[in-house]
Amino acid sequence: MDFNDTHEESLFRAEARDFLNAHAQFKNESEPRDESETDYLARAKAWQKLKYENGWACLGWPKEYGGRNATPMQQIIWNQEESRYDVPTAPFAIGLGMCGPTMMAYASEQQKREMLPRMASGEHIWCQLFSEPAGGSDLAALRTKAERSGDEWVVNGQKIWTSGAHYSDWGILVTRSDPTVPKHKGLTFFFLNMHSPGVTVKPIKQISGDSNFNEVYFTDVRIPDAQRLGAVGQGWQVSITTLMNERLAVGNAGGADFDAALALANDVKIDGAPAIRNQAVRERLADWYCQSSGLRFTNYRVISALSRGATPGPENSITKVVSAKKQQDIGSFGMDLMDMGGIMMDPARVPADLAFQQNFMGAPGYRIAGGTDEILRNIIAERVLGLPADIRVDKNVPFNEIPRGS
Amino acid sequence: MNFEFSDEQNLLREQAQSFLADKCPLTAVRRVLDGAESYDAPLWRGMIDLGWTATAIPEEYGGLGLGYLELCVLAEELGRSLAPTPFSSSVYLASEALMQFGNAKQRARYLPKLASGEWIGTFAIAEGAGEPARSLKTRAKKGSIKGTKVPVADGDIADFAIVLANEDKKHASMYIVDLNGAGVKREVVPTLDPTRSHASIKFSDAPGELLGKTGKGWPQTERLFDRAAVLYSFEQVGGAQAALDMAKNYALGRFAFGRPIASFQAIKHKLADMYIANTLAHSNCYYGAWALSTDAEELPIAAATARVSATEAFHESSKENIQTHGGMGFTWEFDCHLYYRRAKLLSVNLGSLPRWKDRLISAIEAAA
Repeated sequence: MDFNDTHEESLFRAEARDFLNAHAQFKNESEPRDESETDYLARAKAWQKLKYENGWACLGWPKEYGGRNATPMQQIIWNQEESRYDVPTAPFAIGLGMCGPTMMAYASEQQKREMLPRMASGEHIWCQLFSEPAGGSDLAALRTKAERSGDEWVVNGQKIWTSGAHYSDWGILVTRSDPTVPKHKGLTFFFLNMHSPGVTVKPIKQISGDSNFNEVYFTDVRIPDAQRLGAVGQGWQVSITTLMNERLAVGNAGGADFDAALALANDVKIDGAPAIRNQAVRERLADWYCQSSGLRFTNYRVISALSRGATPGPENSITKVVSAKKQQDIGSFGMDLMDMGGIMMDPARVPADLAFQQNFMGAPGYRIAGGTDEILRNIIAERVLGLPADIRVDKNVPFNEIPRGS
Repeated sequence: MNFEFSDEQNLLREQAQSFLADKCPLTAVRRVLDGAESYDAPLWRGMIDLGWTATAIPEEYGGLGLGYLELCVLAEELGRSLAPTPFSSSVYLASEALMQFGNAKQRARYLPKLASGEWIGTFAIAEGAGEPARSLKTRAKKGSIKGTKVPVADGDIADFAIVLANEDKKHASMYIVDLNGAGVKREVVPTLDPTRSHASIKFSDAPGELLGKTGKGWPQTERLFDRAAVLYSFEQVGGAQAALDMAKNYALGRFAFGRPIASFQAIKHKLADMYIANTLAHSNCYYGAWALSTDAEELPIAAATARVSATEAFHESSKENIQTHGGMGFTWEFDCHLYYRRAKLLSVNLGSLPRWKDRLISAIEAAA
């Protein structure tokens, strides 16, 4: 039992480090930036392009689609190394993590050769148009309508919670093409140009005041039938491919963690002594340390399986549900430690540059995005423990006869 | 990255599982629960014959000289099966203390007999309710021990105990005391978990032999507990997994409102939470196993991390296993309470959860 790379892995890691050292700065050595979203995107695209040109983009993808046929372990090594540097990767996470694999599985050979390298190089940013006001955890309840019209489809409806829609060039879209059959059977899947006429993107203001998501409206948007992924009515199966990849992509909630909480507890006082001397504080901190540590070593077990070429077990399924709650709890506790001052949203007046306040206001979203706490527990119960699925009263009912509520 | 048990270690696990499935089904655990015996002697004999008590003891002292990873594997399986034997006292505590602190003569005298199972050893520290560090009353005077230790795990059947006794108000030392010798009176004390016997031992000027350094009893205890905590944690996580399995199997077979209760989200989420707690604990146990087997500097942190999360996992899984069973889970007849008892026993045996949480933060502070 050890944490060491194999010989091949260490060579690969050294190669990755050489590239990163030559082109990027470590996170802790870089200056904080105050830049517009446009500037950030330009910087992100430049970084993605540089990686692509040097063979460090989409490592696991086949060469002809812009990757380098790397093993899952090599991808992990790259991710570990890249995460230590101050480089902008967020705008590509959804495209490369979810849209790419879906295109890989269902697009035509010509489309793959045309679209995927542009996705890998950062020329095109992609988004995922799944959730709707009426279809969140119950995604298959979506209502956005697709009607056939010759060689095209005409799409009308609304998507919601679409990250990055406002700067995306392309998107993957699941629609309802037949409302007269049960809900999972009447869906059809497409990819589309986000600059198509009839696509309107409106940002959503979150409780934190930030806008990371959008509403996307479709008004008579025409999509060529050639951009259909999978057969007509097979949209649910295609969606599953995307969602399986989403579960791999959505992981640790991040934010202020144990180290930040420990530093804060040393910084602020309770009854005139550093808060860290308080027994209740110590016990809460210990809980979070154990959770973080448990997630880290669970991940190491998964990586170990990949390293020897095996398929990992289901252990990583716990990551988001544990880390999102921890993020919320640490945020709340950190603000408690600041006592009456904890409510101030001014980095000049509270410690830790608002990290705890940001945890507190961001975590509610993280507990919902990419599978709610409840849906994730269902998944653990059904896929990991093998418990029966819930009884679905709408399973065999035509979609247009399912009760809708208000 | 090779953060896994090896093929050989997994083979050992399979052998242990099949041996324990045969020799230690829950009916065997119940025989000790309901009977007058302190432990399952034939099972203990079988474990000795398989060399389990000799696992980590060096070959020069009659051991197998295998590593601690093997011992972790056995601990997990013993925890899973709730084996009613003195393994933890004799192997994780007495053998460890002798290997860590014993001089050449002591190692040569005790370790071969511990390896062969001829002797059972234990560690005696507690003196009733409350944290012993603040209130140790047992005294050592010129090698003679006076005081009462209670509860002492396997104290009724052990051949010797390593006793923590005060030299003066601030300093304690470890002493090896022959429990069959002069000045020792012992009686079984009733505990929460009768499948693991405990005794009250009264020492009246019993002769003790210094183990380790005079006045270093507390730091030695810390070191011993760091090592033992990893092994206890594996027992706890094995028990936690067994409790989850039991809850799952019951929920799949029990029908209410016309369907298996395992199909209700209230039950599914409960079992998912047990799985989450167990997985976190299991992975932290791996960390502890790595630190123990490599004698890593991080051992105090790794051990406390494993200990805290394994204690919580077994508590969670054993109590929610009862809840999943409904009323029948509260009966003597059903086996749920066996896990519930053992979970609490193991959680306090090596010091309570709040103490280990505090220890974890202290270890992190010390390493910073």
